[in-house]
Amino acid sequence: MAYLKIHPEKITPQAAQELVGLCPFSAIQYENGRLEINAGCKMCRMCVRKGPAGAITYEEDPAPAHEIDKSAWRGVAVFAELRDGDVHPVTLELLGKARELSAVTGHPVLSVLIGSGVEEQAETILRYGADRVYLYDDLLFRNFLMDPYAGAFEDFVEKVKPSSILVGATNMGRSLAPRVAAHFRTGLTADCTVLEMRENTDLVQIRPAFGGNIMAQIINPAHRPQFCTVRYKIFSAPAPVEHPTGTVERMPLPETCRHSRMELLEVLEKPRQTDISEAQVIVAVGRGVKSQDDLALARQLADAVGGQLACTRPLVEAGWFDVKHQIGLSGRTVNAKLIITLGVSGSVQFAAGMRGCGCIVAVNKDPAAPIFDIAHYGLAEDWYTVVPAFLRALGRGEGQ
Amino acid sequence: MEILVCVKQVPGTTEVEVDPVTGVLKRDGVASKMNPYDLYAVELGLRLAEATGGRLRALSMGPPQAKAVLLETAAMGAESGVLVSDRRLGGADVLATGYTLSQAVRTLGKVDLILCGKQTTDGDTAQVGAEMAEFLGLPHANNVQSVEPDGEGYVKVRIDLDSHISVQRLPLPCVLCIDSEVNTPRLPSYRRKKSLPPDCVKTISLDDFGDREPAHYGLTGSPTQVERIFPPEKNSEKEMLHGSGEDMAKELAAILRCRKLI
Repeated sequence: MAYLKIHPEKITPQAAQELVGLCPFSAIQYENGRLEINAGCKMCRMCVRKGPAGAITYEEDPAPAHEIDKSAWRGVAVFAELRDGDVHPVTLELLGKARELSAVTGHPVLSVLIGSGVEEQAETILRYGADRVYLYDDLLFRNFLMDPYAGAFEDFVEKVKPSSILVGATNMGRSLAPRVAAHFRTGLTADCTVLEMRENTDLVQIRPAFGGNIMAQIINPAHRPQFCTVRYKIFSAPAPVEHPTGTVERMPLPETCRHSRMELLEVLEKPRQTDISEAQVIVAVGRGVKSQDDLALARQLADAVGGQLACTRPLVEAGWFDVKHQIGLSGRTVNAKLIITLGVSGSVQFAAGMRGCGCIVAVNKDPAAPIFDIAHYGLAEDWYTVVPAFLRALGRGEGQ
Repeated sequence: MEILVCVKQVPGTTEVEVDPVTGVLKRDGVASKMNPYDLYAVELGLRLAEATGGRLRALSMGPPQAKAVLLETAAMGAESGVLVSDRRLGGADVLATGYTLSQAVRTLGKVDLILCGKQTTDGDTAQVGAEMAEFLGLPHANNVQSVEPDGEGYVKVRIDLDSHISVQRLPLPCVLCIDSEVNTPRLPSYRRKKSLPPDCVKTISLDDFGDREPAHYGLTGSPTQVERIFPPEKNSEKEMLHGSGEDMAKELAAILRCRKLI
């Protein structure tokens, strides 16, 4: 097994202090002349790469690494999700990405569709670029229940052996993907924002990590299939073709699907809410808003530009907004034509939910705020100054 | 009912930076806190324990200082806590974390219901609960908004499936990942905190598990490998406006009008 080895002869008090300061997770402790690594270690190996040479080394047992025959796993597969009977748009976006990825390896684009009476939807998936749709069509699948769905999904993986599997990071996808990935004891990367394919079929998965302004590039080098989830509106849907050449393969109902531990009692409508992920223009506010009363000014701007008001996570935690208005990894992903951010610092968590917007305007009095790194137009000024002036410039006086 | 809630200690802030030159992660010595999403699961667990005459215990995995979140859970009303802390668990991904927790659960005797938060604020994957459930061979549900035990070995749960709510009946034991904002978590009680027995939080390690093979845990037990970490790309087309606030506002209005965005 891989571990970090401390070389005591190299640990001078000075080296120890350096290492303690270097660890981003405060996992290195120096007490009574002894350097120790505690359970906070995330094996990021920063101490190995950036610390005093040879003080801490990364050791791997020569024990055989987990080996698999990657050539036995072929295809980039998309889990097809249905929403109100139609193919969910995130599925179409993933089909477009799967086509790009499969071009590198020459693998086919596959899709697994689970539902009841969904042949028409299978045709839709073909039009959006699947070479083959594996169809699990049965009354059992009329509503989502974990056991029958996981049973069909697992049957698909066992029989088809796809190399990569892309799942939409919807509530259903985020529940189903980990269940199936754990069943196969394989890796799963959540909420990827960039996907690339290597010629050796390793899927390069990039996502914001460690809760901060950092991106992590992740691979799953010795396990198949490679699971990842991607949020709605991260990628773009391809144009559908008129006469698709792909085929639909009807799969027999796996026996495992007949035994569901959970039972559906009722399906309830959710009250329709305006959803910021569909908005074309958004005004987003962050911690630069000093009091809840000041939201009126931001709302005035939103009204003036015909947009919806959204926010960052701290304002949800403060109780000013409900989570449905939150942009970011733990909120919604938006893809507006225009987004104006007011007093938003621009953490990676937030940026991951909005960097696809066509035009990003950032107003923040701190010129070093990371939001300016992703903004198209930056105004390093207090939003309390800019917004009233902007409203006047639009011919809408402040307070009207 | 014997209820277990899984909690995690997360950094007090999400403001972490990478030095673009050295590639070193900078996380200033900020305080840690309980993952805010876990509070709803703790509250739900306490209410269920009170209603059914059962008890709530808490489980966490992390460095020794993560004991603090178990003490906080106990101060909110949990009976006791178990911390899994072991350097050999370092670098665990979703799969290895789910497996570790499943092994820890198996050391805890009878458990009827396992509750988790929706996701953590540091990993943000929302997937560990489901993987732990698969390793335990238990059914699970995510985005759970309410839980009603029927006293006959089942729970009725409301599951948010984005476009609708699915009301399902699950058998106990099961794993439920609780949505945020489904209740108002109580504050830890100072008096309770002062009266907690000193041994209410126990620390266990890999040596206490049924599966003691270190290669199944930590970095080695993790199929996914972080190849590199890097600061996000900067936008090369960015344009900073200059002048007074008034000037910039006018210029912005002109640009947005010209681009027909407003």
